[in-house]
Amino acid sequence: MNVHEFQAKQLFAQFGVPVPRGKEITSPDDATAWANELNTPVFVVKAQIHAGGRGKAGGVKITKDKTAVAGLAKELIGKTLVTHQTGPKGRKVHRLLMEEGANISKELYLSILVDRETGWPTFIASTEGGMEIEEVAAHTPEKIIKEPIDPAVGFQGYNGRNIAFALGLQNIEPAAVSPFIKMVGNLYRLFMEKHCALVEINPLIITKEKTVVALDGKVSFDDNGLFKHEDVQKMRDLNEEEPLEIEATANNLNYVKLDGNIGCMVNGAGLAMATMDVIKLAGSEPANFLDVGGGATKETVAAGFRILLKDPNVKGIFINIFGGIVRCERIAQGVIDAAKEVKIAVPLVVRLQGTNAEEGRKLLAESGLKLDVANDLWEAAQKIVKLTGKAA
Amino acid sequence: MSILVNKNTRVVVQGITGKEGSFHATQCKAYGTKVVAGVTPGKAGQEVEGIPVFNTVRDAVKKQQADTSLIFVPPPFCADAILEAADAGVKLIICITEGIPVNDMVKVKRALRGRDVRLVGPNCPGVITVDEAKIGIMPGFIHKKGVVGVVSRSGTLTYEAVHQLSTLGLGETTCVGIGGDPVNGTGFVDVLALFEKDPETQAIVMIGEIGGDAEEKAAEFIKQNVKKPVISFIAGITAPPGRRMGHAGAIISGGKGTAAEKMKTLEAAGVKVVKNPAEIGEAVKKALGR
Repeated sequence: MNVHEFQAKQLFAQFGVPVPRGKEITSPDDATAWANELNTPVFVVKAQIHAGGRGKAGGVKITKDKTAVAGLAKELIGKTLVTHQTGPKGRKVHRLLMEEGANISKELYLSILVDRETGWPTFIASTEGGMEIEEVAAHTPEKIIKEPIDPAVGFQGYNGRNIAFALGLQNIEPAAVSPFIKMVGNLYRLFMEKHCALVEINPLIITKEKTVVALDGKVSFDDNGLFKHEDVQKMRDLNEEEPLEIEATANNLNYVKLDGNIGCMVNGAGLAMATMDVIKLAGSEPANFLDVGGGATKETVAAGFRILLKDPNVKGIFINIFGGIVRCERIAQGVIDAAKEVKIAVPLVVRLQGTNAEEGRKLLAESGLKLDVANDLWEAAQKIVKLTGKAA
Repeated sequence: MSILVNKNTRVVVQGITGKEGSFHATQCKAYGTKVVAGVTPGKAGQEVEGIPVFNTVRDAVKKQQADTSLIFVPPPFCADAILEAADAGVKLIICITEGIPVNDMVKVKRALRGRDVRLVGPNCPGVITVDEAKIGIMPGFIHKKGVVGVVSRSGTLTYEAVHQLSTLGLGETTCVGIGGDPVNGTGFVDVLALFEKDPETQAIVMIGEIGGDAEEKAAEFIKQNVKKPVISFIAGITAPPGRRMGHAGAIISGGKGTAAEKMKTLEAAGVKVVKNPAEIGEAVKKALGR
């Protein structure tokens, strides 16, 4: 789960990571009221969407004029921002973060995530603050500093010193070394205690006043850890999510919307991905990823149908089930019952394999439903592509 | 011969009185696996299909000489369960549970380091040595004794591959699901090394997917150490970046972990990469010259 910058900064503040004074703003009146309270020489108004590249897309405004903030808020709220991370449709702005400006002396990069190779939480730091870290890693890998933290003992002072001195902080601003190390330790606590997947500060700045401040902030959470944190669950912003994906989550389905026109419904994540790949190989594009789980039932299949059919791009549906412990004839019955409940006006190909596949296929064939039954994966994929016509 | 588990493996099922645990313990036993004990705290003295239940893994190991644990404990308590098994002295822990917080696994993996215990999973279908022991949730009957070792990050996609191998008459030795989580116990490299040494295994099927660099590490290892033919399929060539595809570990982040990149690296290491998952079996057949 992702959260907004203003929420990330709330968490930073809670864990002792310094941030500019700021507040979430949802109306021009809010902006004026907060500007009066903030009373600072420079006001920064930042659009809050779950995507990077906001600055270049015109989502960040700076002014010295207190009376101008309401106008800026009015301009940004409701605006659709298109950045390199939003896709061409962009993302509508519903809220802003308004905060005090900062006197930047130096911009750095700092993040923490679990290194999948070692299984250790690992800090990544760089002197190239404000740049995309992937770009830095690709072009100047020597500027990337990595510091793994032993999870058995947690963050130690030496970890912080390793990062600080590798960055050359003692030369950039000696007074910043000690607060920086403290900040790194606090970030580790936030990362572990709140079950984060990623905490990123870009840029982390050294100010002209010699302080260390998180000028931007990105936090995403491990979905598996959310059950432990009610406060984090409350930060979920449904405006930032695809409506069909919200409906899928509510039905305990794993669904990701894509741009093709063959809807697919599969049991198991790996097979679901493989099914998408086969659709492409057969000459079309998948409309989605949908995993109905190892034990597909009538209810999950019905919910799957409803979600697939709400996507106007879907011109055909491909159900691919490998019956394991769950028997195919039960799944076939589920498909039949669900198909009768939900009107299906597009071609449907069902491929059943595994436990009692033959009985399942027989049930489908005799159901009177308009559908094609297949037993081979490749044959089924070619069939649905043929029935829907090639993708544009 | 086979790897990891065989007809002498003595299994304790943690979480045996739960819905999943009792169902699958029964299925494993029916396959012929020596399921010698179950554990659910507070339920010692009960039986599940004739399998005695104990309060602790320690008791199960002491009284029934269990050497392998199969875990169905729910995510919030699963890290605890894995550590309990390790502490009780079992040599192999197979964790089926999906949804364990990554940071819990970070701590578990660290705690297991340097100890004489192997963890397979979590979030995996388990391990099966055909006709000897089924320790997991895979449907036993699709397997057929044969010559191919299978290692995979996925569940049903593995069944798909196994089904093809069985139908073509090639059969399998042992099939290992290493799981779809970003931090897991056993990796591709560990299993590849075991298959390479196993005299019965003549070819290896490796099923990977987007996310992480386990396939890249495997490619490096195969190039140096594996002489047997390796056939691979990588799921997710159509997966968009930045989105989790069902499995917690199946995500392309920062442009890294794409299927295309993995396929390229594996091919460069001499692995036969199939683009169509329906052709895994045929590719193995060809590699074995049958």
